[in-house]
Amino acid sequence: MIKVDHLSKSFGKTKAVDQISFEVAGGENLILLGTSGCGKTTTLKMINRLIEPTGGKVLINDQNIMDQPPEMLRRGIGYVLQNNGLFPHYTVAENIAIVPRLLKWDEKRIKHRASELLEKLHLDKKYLNVYPNELSGGQQQRVGLARALVADPPVLLMDEPFGALDNVTRSKIQAEFKVLDELKRKTIIMVTHDVQEAFELGNRICLMDKGKVIQNGTPTELLFKPANAFVKDFLKEQRLQLEFKALRLNDIWKYLPSQTPKQGSVNLHGDVSFWSAIETFKFIKTEHLHIKHQQKDDYRSAGFEELMSAFYQYKKHQPHE
Amino acid sequence: MNEQQQTLWQFMAQQSDKLLMQTLQHIGLTFISLIIAVLIGLPLGILIARKKKLSGSVLGVAGILQTIPSIALLGFMIPLLGIGAKPAIVALLLYALLPIIRNTYTGITGVDASVKEAAEAMGMSKWQVLFKVELPLAMPVILAGIRTATVINVGVATLASYIAAGGLGEFIFGGISLNNTNMILAGAIPAALLAILFDFLLSRLQHLNLKKLKTATATLPMLLFILACFYFIPSAYGGKLTAGFTPEFMGRQDGNLGLQSKYGLKIHTIVISDAVMYKAAFEKELDVISGYSTDGRLKAYGLIVLDDDKKIFPPYYAAPIVRDDALQKFPELEKTLNLLAGKINDSVMTDLNYRTDYLHQNPERVAKDFLMAHNLLRPERGGSNGIIRIGSKIFGEQYILASMYTMLIKGYTDYDVATKTGLGGTKICFDAMTNNQIDLYPEYTGTGLLAILQPSQKEIDAVTGDKEKTYTYVKNEFEKRYHIKWLQPIGFNNAYALMMRKKQAGELGVKTISNLKQYLERK
Repeated sequence: MIKVDHLSKSFGKTKAVDQISFEVAGGENLILLGTSGCGKTTTLKMINRLIEPTGGKVLINDQNIMDQPPEMLRRGIGYVLQNNGLFPHYTVAENIAIVPRLLKWDEKRIKHRASELLEKLHLDKKYLNVYPNELSGGQQQRVGLARALVADPPVLLMDEPFGALDNVTRSKIQAEFKVLDELKRKTIIMVTHDVQEAFELGNRICLMDKGKVIQNGTPTELLFKPANAFVKDFLKEQRLQLEFKALRLNDIWKYLPSQTPKQGSVNLHGDVSFWSAIETFKFIKTEHLHIKHQQKDDYRSAGFEELMSAFYQYKKHQPHE
Repeated sequence: MNEQQQTLWQFMAQQSDKLLMQTLQHIGLTFISLIIAVLIGLPLGILIARKKKLSGSVLGVAGILQTIPSIALLGFMIPLLGIGAKPAIVALLLYALLPIIRNTYTGITGVDASVKEAAEAMGMSKWQVLFKVELPLAMPVILAGIRTATVINVGVATLASYIAAGGLGEFIFGGISLNNTNMILAGAIPAALLAILFDFLLSRLQHLNLKKLKTATATLPMLLFILACFYFIPSAYGGKLTAGFTPEFMGRQDGNLGLQSKYGLKIHTIVISDAVMYKAAFEKELDVISGYSTDGRLKAYGLIVLDDDKKIFPPYYAAPIVRDDALQKFPELEKTLNLLAGKINDSVMTDLNYRTDYLHQNPERVAKDFLMAHNLLRPERGGSNGIIRIGSKIFGEQYILASMYTMLIKGYTDYDVATKTGLGGTKICFDAMTNNQIDLYPEYTGTGLLAILQPSQKEIDAVTGDKEKTYTYVKNEFEKRYHIKWLQPIGFNNAYALMMRKKQAGELGVKTISNLKQYLERK
């Protein structure tokens, strides 16, 4: 879907982005992760040509982005900014209507689409006619998201979209974000410096440092097959929590006991994270999880101790541990 | 009618049609120049917000324009654009440029970067970003600039009357020349009120919320345009000939008022400063002007004086007037000043004035040459027995006379001299004298009578027919009222006079003011 090929950007003598390449498949959620100044935002902005690259190319659906006028390119790419970038002199409805009006939609269609999106984003319709400064930070960010999604672009670029929010609001919006059907079909590239957020939301994470890609892989790969000491070091702080969140039950399948389900078991899919599995426990006796494998017609059943033990087994068998 | 006893309100009521006309002209001038300044300043501000490298030089040039004294800027305009509305508008718009350019620049560069980025990222073109995002968000700051420019323009527009562009300055400067406080206030108060009113209205506009601002900014150009059109309402009443009168002449009984009451002369009139009046007549921008009969430019520009057949212009014999206490303090002063008595007749004075006004010779040189030719010049004694302070009004003849007196005093006495030349108008000169800031200056009998003493019409009629009677009257009254002495007259009569181009007057067969009236009334 999106192919970034030896993309570079220099500002004077400093190389902000140095010959990086990666690919994002359709419907995938790629996170550009790194500390500030690593070149992740510059990379993102080169994809919709807010910054023109000094070398390399970007293909979206096999089409070079440099072959289209930037305005036309951008109308097909949603963009969400950290500080929401809402127009303070436009109402919420007008803000959402910006791209459809550029695309010359008729007003009825715009109205319909705007109220549909507000509903999906849990915003009351009464907010349509208020100005952004009358909204809370979380509401503003939701409107920013609605504005990016309104014309249903296949690609969505997000620059630290939750960075300016307080912790409580952020986790709430992140949770909504994960289940939003509008986003499931989209190819998303998101920039963040927040490791937790990257592991929470990303299908794949592209860890960057000093303008280069250090490792590009799934969260599990980054944790358990780190490319070098930098990756390991970068994830050190919250390692256990990240492992819990990154591991799916499918990953530890072979360490789980296969036994007949006990009465009162909770049914789970194999693709839920280890963290969510633990969260389902209410810590009463004889409590068991009944787990169905995603692809195979196979079942496992486990209590809390058995689950923890499977995790331990898995860790023990990792080559680098 | 005694003008001193008239209240301001009566004056304004009496002059209401003139006041209205001047106010309309004033508003018109302000807004014509403002519109043009916006049309130039806004795009320039946008340009330098885009290309920041240019901002230093553009803002620098606009800043320098702002520092030029307004009267000097008007002066620069005359050789380029002549007189009238054109140079006044150009000068005003140059003043209005800086606040508009600077605020446009500040407003646009101050727009939140993330909002601009969002606009671009959504696929807006550069122009769409400008018109839908940058300009609307910068509008409060831009309006603040327009507001500043408007207030500046209302103030500077009072000076437009110097170059015949009209406006409330006509009353203000007429009043200063005529020593008429009511007239000054009749111009100054409306000008101040206009400034306050426009400032208030624009401040309201500036504080409207963003939504209403959209409609407001749409109607603003329309409103400005309508206000600008005010300028043309008064000039719609044109005539066969155009007269240019000085502000002082406009308000004097022995000036335009007399022309109207005694001759019944009705002519399309614009107000103009005497510095440019003669040239404007020569260049056919004006047909009739109010001049001084000894002015050197009369000769230079081929103008002739129309005969005052109904004798409305009283005699204006020049003589030095001196404070009594100065005469006592400096006993040799009177004798020295009288050395010049009777020495300069009309044609000699016209010639001397021609040399300064037209040939641009230094007044001191002209004075020296004259004294030398009449064997009056003596080497300076370098005396230090007290300092005599000589004043003069702001035109060539007075500079020449002041120079002559300086040389005489330095050559014949042991006193030293300090000169305060270029005091703008009778009121300023005379006030300086009564406040003991100068000891003497050359004054004219007619001015002393009408501008300073301002007696009743009956007394005026009784003395103005005869030059001796006028002189005696002012001499006695000045002594009585102000303790100021009129010394012996210098000889020439620098009376007011109506003038026309010799050629045009010949073609129209106009020799007297009555002829002029008859010509104007012929359809």
